[in-house]
Amino acid sequence: MNLSKKWLLDFVDLDVSDKEFADEMTLSGSKVESFEKEGSELDNIITGRIESLERHPDSDHMWICMVNVGKDENIQIVTGAQNLKVGDVVPVAMDHSVVHGGQKITKGKLRGVESNGMLCSLGELGLTAHDFPYAIEDGIFVLGDDCDRTLGIDIREAIGLNDTVTEFEITSNRPDCLSVIGLAREAAATFKKPLKTHIPYVSPSDGDVNELLSVEIQNPEKCYRYCGAVVKNVRVKASPRWMRERLRACGVRPINNIVDITNYVMLEYGQPMHAFDLRYINNHSIIVRNAKDGETITTLDGIERTLTTEMLVIADSDKPVAVAGVMGGEYSGIMDDTNTIVFESACFNGPSTRITSKKLGLRTEASGRYEKELDPQNCMPALMRALELVQLLDAGDVVNGIIDCDKSNKLQRTLPFLPEWVNSFIGIDVSADDQRAILERIDVKVQGDTIIVPSFRNDLEHLADISEEIARFYGYQNIPNRPLAGVANAALTEAQKMEKVVSSTMLACGFTEIATFSFISPKAYDKIRLPENSPKRNSVVISNPLGEDTSVMRTTVIPSMLDVLSRNYNNRNESAALFELSNEYIWKGPDELPDENEKLTIGMYGAQYDFFTLKGAVEELFDVVGIKDYDVEPLTDDPTFHPGRTAVIKLGDEVISIIGEVHPAVLNNYEIGTKAYVAQVDFTALLKYGDNKRSYKALPKFPASSRDLSFVCDSDVPVMKIEKIIAKAVGKILEDIALFDVYVGSQIPKGKKSVAFSVRMRATDRTLTDAEADSAVKKAVDELEKLDITLRS
Amino acid sequence: MKQQLEEIRESAKSQLSKAASLAELDTLRVKYLGKKGELTAILKQMGKLSAEERPIIGQLANEIRADLEASIAESVEDIKQKLLEQKLKSEKIDVTLPAKKQALGHKHPLSIVLDEVKDIFFGMGFSIASGPEVEWDYYNFEALNIPENHPARDTQDTFYITEKMLLRTQTSPCQIRVMENQKPPIRIIAPGRVYRSDAVDATHSPLFHQIEGLVVDKGITMADLKGNLESFAKRLYGEQTKIRLRPHHFPFTEPSCEIDVSCFRCGGKGCPMCKGEGWIEILGAGMVHPKVLRNCGIDPDVYSGFAFGLGLERLVMFRFNIDDMRLLYENDVRFLNQF
Repeated sequence: MNLSKKWLLDFVDLDVSDKEFADEMTLSGSKVESFEKEGSELDNIITGRIESLERHPDSDHMWICMVNVGKDENIQIVTGAQNLKVGDVVPVAMDHSVVHGGQKITKGKLRGVESNGMLCSLGELGLTAHDFPYAIEDGIFVLGDDCDRTLGIDIREAIGLNDTVTEFEITSNRPDCLSVIGLAREAAATFKKPLKTHIPYVSPSDGDVNELLSVEIQNPEKCYRYCGAVVKNVRVKASPRWMRERLRACGVRPINNIVDITNYVMLEYGQPMHAFDLRYINNHSIIVRNAKDGETITTLDGIERTLTTEMLVIADSDKPVAVAGVMGGEYSGIMDDTNTIVFESACFNGPSTRITSKKLGLRTEASGRYEKELDPQNCMPALMRALELVQLLDAGDVVNGIIDCDKSNKLQRTLPFLPEWVNSFIGIDVSADDQRAILERIDVKVQGDTIIVPSFRNDLEHLADISEEIARFYGYQNIPNRPLAGVANAALTEAQKMEKVVSSTMLACGFTEIATFSFISPKAYDKIRLPENSPKRNSVVISNPLGEDTSVMRTTVIPSMLDVLSRNYNNRNESAALFELSNEYIWKGPDELPDENEKLTIGMYGAQYDFFTLKGAVEELFDVVGIKDYDVEPLTDDPTFHPGRTAVIKLGDEVISIIGEVHPAVLNNYEIGTKAYVAQVDFTALLKYGDNKRSYKALPKFPASSRDLSFVCDSDVPVMKIEKIIAKAVGKILEDIALFDVYVGSQIPKGKKSVAFSVRMRATDRTLTDAEADSAVKKAVDELEKLDITLRS
Repeated sequence: MKQQLEEIRESAKSQLSKAASLAELDTLRVKYLGKKGELTAILKQMGKLSAEERPIIGQLANEIRADLEASIAESVEDIKQKLLEQKLKSEKIDVTLPAKKQALGHKHPLSIVLDEVKDIFFGMGFSIASGPEVEWDYYNFEALNIPENHPARDTQDTFYITEKMLLRTQTSPCQIRVMENQKPPIRIIAPGRVYRSDAVDATHSPLFHQIEGLVVDKGITMADLKGNLESFAKRLYGEQTKIRLRPHHFPFTEPSCEIDVSCFRCGGKGCPMCKGEGWIEILGAGMVHPKVLRNCGIDPDVYSGFAFGLGLERLVMFRFNIDDMRLLYENDVRFLNQF
């Protein structure tokens, strides 16, 4: 809501600076976004009168003007404009002046003739012909008799471009503040000044409105009140300057006196007004009713709209003439030959207006106001004001009487006046008298123990609402700051502790944390080569996405990780090692919320990394959280991954992690021109199987015995299998098995490999004898021989 | 013989003083003190001496032996010291050569600030709660006193899944979920992802993070709200920080306010960061609306509470002078490695 200061001053006497006004209003609850003095960019432009006009000797279109700017000597200015005559008073941009758009004007020569400034058009003042309808847009602005034509005065003063416009952010609970009067009431209360109310007065005139118009409300649930008045012999013309000026300040373009009056009243009272031509109203009867299914209307914007039964229309006996609270019909609009008009001041149900406006995809100033629930008691004063303005502007002849079809609830809301409750709720100590005084400043009356809520404050429903009124005028800054008392009893959950462990471990392992969007494109599933029938393609789908790229909630974080790897690769970053702890969303049907499964996703590329770097990081994590005794098995059939370089980590039958080199086809889809590695770890598995219970093991007191063993086996025998057999055979005295060599080559038969381990054994209670160590190793060798894994000689 | 001994001492000492290596010293030691050394050779002739002379010469010989041994030891130390010095000198490195760094990972800036905020509230006794990101309309709106067709829904452009299911537009539904499951006293924060249908630009993102806060107990007032959030601001931005409350409207709190902190760059004098205002808005807050308490089965005549919400991206962008929100989600390592 843009507020004109001139207009505001009609209702409250204020003598504070614009800045102070903005600050204080903000602190009392009407948030000021910005304020600006009109024409503040203009500088040194004054009024001047053309004293003489002469053709430029070297130009067939320029004129040399002598201009009287109220000084001893006239100044000479050259202009190319053709609309001037001697005696015209015009804006003169003097030497060293600034016009609209910031352009600086200095004196100079135009084709050899000295010019000491510039004569200005409306555009050069930042105005349009809407502001001064009598001026021509492509010529110099010649000031009319609605301007102060004293010579040599600041142009802004002369033409009324001197208002201050304050922009307020009005929250949805305060539609009353979408008006000059509403904001004036807030300003009066803020600065403790009286609100100067105005009661519109309409002079008695001819005729009887009831002979020209009838109104019937068929759906009182959706239309609380409909007030109508008729104006005959309409004289459509431009509005006076003061009205145009105020509309302009509030951001509304002046059109003609009738349209301007409806807008003026809407801005002043906050009540939307509609004016329409009576001759197009069949039988001169207005019926407020539900639309019939499939009924159509062409609205003022020229678009034909098909209506449905939940929409409310203003109709005559045959057809809709307006969509109630949203927009009027095109053909009943005000035309140049309009003679008799109806002014409508009505009140419609908020949600209903909102639904209609949403369904039609048509949001208007009126619908935006109605949907916040307006005050039905405001209809009549607003209509009276419109009629008063008609008479003031001589825009037509007001027909006697007003039709008031009033179905509104007149019951005034009351609340108990409980100053102590307010004090204890807010934490202040404000006397009952002071609280009463605050409430009365905003027209909330207190009678004994009862608060009477005015009809325009529909938002005051509960004592908490009253408390806010007290608090904001008492001043939020005056409420004491009390440190929070009571017993604090906070603890991290197991999951929160685990998140910390995972994050710190990954960071320590050299992985950088990323944050990616939870939604992806469904095409991502193709890019990671997910099979057509994969259940992971069944995403939570956003019904109104911004675009395809963010249209489904991911069922896997892998595409997000690959996107980030790809971006880094294509930004020519040499390497990247990344992780994210985030959710995957699994659709469970419309009656249940999706599962949100937390996953650790790791991704990396770069010359220094390979599959085993990634595996190392995952195993490091398992080590930290205390997951032991897992199996690592090759995974050959996940189409996202390299079939020969991918593993799953299992605890029993449960897969808790997948680690792999990304399939070349997937890399290609993501335009990653190097090998990349991705792993996922199920966070819930870490929580479930992680075991941070550790007990200290005594440091060894007796020496260890080591044996290096080298075996030859088929080349596809997994090393882990051999390790497990050795471990089992050596038994309790085993301390460590370390692989130190894998060899394939000329020294051993084709199709075989050699693997070498160092096996360290130790007993906790004695020094192992060589015989013990040898016998343990022998057992292992014997077991392996059964599987054709032989000791290399 | 006495003279012989003194000569030995003289010559040994003079040679010792010239010795430049441990090997030379060893040779000298053998030459004079060894089994076949000069001193030993003299001592072997002791038998020829008279009974009177023997103890005198014996004493002198022992004295000279001790003297030489000490000298040798001293020279050994000297030479060792010299050798060490030489060695150290030769081992000199250019300490300005590049360091061999451990490749540590970098925490995402969102996590850095979130962890800080969590720690502050944890220290003030707030537990950390969470709730689903795909949420029911009821929790995101209705239970928060934003009924269907309420104009307040306009301020939060919502992604819908079904008519009843949506991506939460705020972390406030966590308030409802906590109050439904926990009886007062309640003191929680609930950080998380929220979603709004805003196209991506420097200051907007369809996904961002909020941190919700909720305190419910007997006798909680707006003074508690102010005190608590001022403590938070001071811990986040320093003791000199002030807060300013401006009345505002949220459907689920009453009274409601927006909270500014004095600009942490200029201290309130006005600078480009605070757009000359001296204040930077960081919080929305208010007393929990009685309707909301009642929706959760908490009697508003017995309990009261306050709630607040913070936008994490905003805090992060201010903290690190980040001027484009997109950087946070692009995850370029050249960006991330700066934190």
